[in-house]
Amino acid sequence: MPAGTLYRGREGMWSWVAHRVTGVLIFFFLFAHVLDTALVRVSPNAYNSVIATYKTWPVNLMEYGLTAAILFHALNGLRVIAVDFWAKGPKYQRQMLWTVVTLWVLLMAGAFYPILRVTLRTWFG
Amino acid sequence: MAIDASSIELVDAGGPTDPSAFLIEPPRTRTKRTGRKSRTNFEMLAWLFMRLSGVVLVFLVLGHLIIQLLLDGGVSKISFAFVAGRWASPFWQFWDLLMLWLAMLHGANGMRTVINDYAERETTRFWLKVLLVTATVFTVLLGTLVIFTFDPTIS
Repeated sequence: MPAGTLYRGREGMWSWVAHRVTGVLIFFFLFAHVLDTALVRVSPNAYNSVIATYKTWPVNLMEYGLTAAILFHALNGLRVIAVDFWAKGPKYQRQMLWTVVTLWVLLMAGAFYPILRVTLRTWFG
Repeated sequence: MAIDASSIELVDAGGPTDPSAFLIEPPRTRTKRTGRKSRTNFEMLAWLFMRLSGVVLVFLVLGHLIIQLLLDGGVSKISFAFVAGRWASPFWQFWDLLMLWLAMLHGANGMRTVINDYAERETTRFWLKVLLVTATVFTVLLGTLVIFTFDPTIS
């Protein structure tokens, strides 16, 4: 009886999973984003009314989530490049992942107020 | 933790005893169905493109996020007038055009990898890729058209 088929690849595997999930999410957002921006060719009103939904708190929370996905994908992508092109990359891939996670947490903390202004103002006045 | 060798009991778990059962064929082994030679090195170029476009996109997209979501009141300042102000400059037009093309191609190639990994039937893979290419071409052309034909005086 095999002990299950889940590959326990630790940091290497989970960063690969997260890279894939964030990549797919960003790609689907990109479709929506090109379409909403295309409304500038329809009329200023059409564009402004769709952009108004971006300024509501539920979508504002999603903007913070999108930033989180993009930031992880960007930082981990640079790590992947380092693993591929830097001779010592594979040796330090684990340390580089924890550097990515630390940077990600710090930058997300820094972006908390500027991005979530709309939500914070709606909830707390 | 030290392991006492005498305490280990070897049990026949019923696994295959034929050593060839453990043989894993090297990936990308040429089979009878593989073409004699491939004219281009498409997969290597795609792999390289992901790294090169990725580095450029880090700067383009993070700059875009800082301007649109962080500075000057964040998302609340975005409006038709704000877009008109930015696209009055060829610099930002070029920024957005490059970002659109690189992000769409980078994303489409990533989705191609995901489709190849999870869609097991050949016809499923084929039709998912047809859908992917159609959506990508449509979005890239629409976005390009919007950037080049933007009219700030439209009403």
